[in-house]
Amino acid sequence: MKLDKQSYQRLLEQKSPPSPLARDCAKAFLFGGLICTVGEAVSNFWQWRGLDTTDTAAATAITMVFLGALLTCLHIYEKLAKHAGAGTLVPITGFANAIVSPAMEFKSEGLILGVGAKLFAIAGPVLVYGISASVVYGLFLVFLGGGGGA
Amino acid sequence: MSWMEYLNAFWVGGAICAVCQVLIDRTKLTPARILVGLVVTGVVLQAFGLYQPVVDYAGAGATVPLLGFGYSLAKGVAKAVAESGLLGVFTGGVTGAAGGIAAAIVFGCLFALLAKPKSRS
Repeated sequence: MKLDKQSYQRLLEQKSPPSPLARDCAKAFLFGGLICTVGEAVSNFWQWRGLDTTDTAAATAITMVFLGALLTCLHIYEKLAKHAGAGTLVPITGFANAIVSPAMEFKSEGLILGVGAKLFAIAGPVLVYGISASVVYGLFLVFLGGGGGA
Repeated sequence: MSWMEYLNAFWVGGAICAVCQVLIDRTKLTPARILVGLVVTGVVLQAFGLYQPVVDYAGAGATVPLLGFGYSLAKGVAKAVAESGLLGVFTGGVTGAAGGIAAAIVFGCLFALLAKPKSRS
């Protein structure tokens, strides 16, 4: 069988396994999507219990953080994360994981500088820049008035 | 309540994660930078009024990814500034995200203490 350059290229693309990027993305999409679907079910549960929109959002965040911390504690989250990549990092359960795992790891250094300090290894920067950004936004609202959002 | 809202939560949440996966694979951004970037991006998107429509469409698909954390910070600030002006600049963000922050600290501490040390195998 004789192949010209173009059909060889086409054949190569068909036969070679999907690139790591494509496979990683598919897994991240799947796992991330599933975690968000669970979040939607949790949110519906709190709504069904009679909470309003704002309270539902808060209760859902609390529940998801609880689940993420629990699964990290049981060493299950890290197994999922090995496959899911960003799929388990990006949801708020991944934030909980990023808080619990360094605290777990440095437990031997004591309650204060071990657990207490390492809880904020990643939560610290997230809160620093998140809260700062919200203050900047607030200053814009105060001094320029109006603006988008809300 | 219908299966459509679950589908929307699934694909939007999944898409946000897939985009971040591209960033991780292509730019070698560390997980910590991704998380910080998401929260700040969430604040900025909501500041321009761009994230509320995503939340309305996708529900938990938009609020569960860490962008949603930034969204609640920004939403809290806007509400507090409308109610109490300059003071709200400082109280609003944390108020908006208070549940998530307190839960992260308390459950984080609790489960870190309960966890068995990792057995290296």
